[in-house]
Amino acid sequence: MKNGRIAGTGSYVPETIWKNEDLEKMVDTSDIWIRERTGIGARHIAGEETVAQMAVKAARRALENAGICSTELDLILVGTSSSESIFPNTACLVQDEIGAFRAACLDVSAACTGFLAVYELGQLYIRSGKAKNVLLIGADALSRLVDWHDRGTCILFGDGAGAIVLTAEEQETKACEKIHSDGEKGVSLTCEKGTYLQMDGRAVFQFALSRVPEVIREVLAEADMAVEEIDAFILHQANSRIIDGVAKRLKAPKEKFPRNIEAYGNTCAASIPILLDEWNRSGRAQKGQRIVLSGFGAGLIWGAAYLEW
Amino acid sequence: MLEKVKETVAEALGADIDTITAETSFKEDLGADSLDLFEMVMSLEDTCGVEIPTEDLETMVTVGDVAEYLEQHKN
Repeated sequence: MKNGRIAGTGSYVPETIWKNEDLEKMVDTSDIWIRERTGIGARHIAGEETVAQMAVKAARRALENAGICSTELDLILVGTSSSESIFPNTACLVQDEIGAFRAACLDVSAACTGFLAVYELGQLYIRSGKAKNVLLIGADALSRLVDWHDRGTCILFGDGAGAIVLTAEEQETKACEKIHSDGEKGVSLTCEKGTYLQMDGRAVFQFALSRVPEVIREVLAEADMAVEEIDAFILHQANSRIIDGVAKRLKAPKEKFPRNIEAYGNTCAASIPILLDEWNRSGRAQKGQRIVLSGFGAGLIWGAAYLEW
Repeated sequence: MLEKVKETVAEALGADIDTITAETSFKEDLGADSLDLFEMVMSLEDTCGVEIPTEDLETMVTVGDVAEYLEQHKN
């Protein structure tokens, strides 16, 4: 059975940066309060730029990095929950821009687990033999969905896009994924059309601390790997305190949890592929490395993946 | 119950258990914020089978307050 291997990565964040100090002028908050409770120092804001435009930029960079032509793509999947266009979907908008005329193009709505969802689906397409080259994108602009008068939520989010190209690997590598959902608890993190994002911070925090270590252990058991054998845990960047709590529960050193939340905040579906791109381009990625991905968020939906770079 | 809470507090906040008493204040003495408390009560809620609603949790200042609440509400 062939698994997909990461052949290239790309990311894009909009130019406009709002630092914590800028938010101090908008709501009753402070740089120190935000940093201590979230680890966030700044976030990028899309402004006029659309989710699809950000996705296209990340996609082009990933294709270039992979050395793959857009016409070789069999599938484009976009994880997004904040696309401006109801239809055509973001994946088709990307297809049109990059000229990937052979690809099937679908969006997946799974909030902050959006990238993990498209990653699992991409792997399944490859395993089934239906696709050889797959472009997977996570792109969101939650700055449009938050109430900039609500200090409890507006400080948390930023905009951006990340992408990876998966290609069917000739050699056998191990890969497995698992996604869970709990619609009954969905009420703790919601955003209805025409309203702002609402969050029960405590419920979401406790959900992440209990479910993320659990699902990571689940995929590690399936991959027959121990926590100590993992080189990096690339988690959705929702809150540095969640990442610390997960590391503690897994009894893994914090150094194995790369993070960039300080510069971007929570970019929803984009957080994992942006971090993967930084991991790749900074030279930290090495062939054969054992990586765990984990996403979690509204739905509630959460999941994890084990892969070998 | 107080001993169980003290153990959990020491473990969750990385504090020395011998320095923790019923009068120890989460915020003043241990420098804990709301996220620390949320994390700490998770395991207490599990082991005691008691759910502490956020509005009740917000009224608790000391380690003794949490122990007393759990004592009163346990099954």
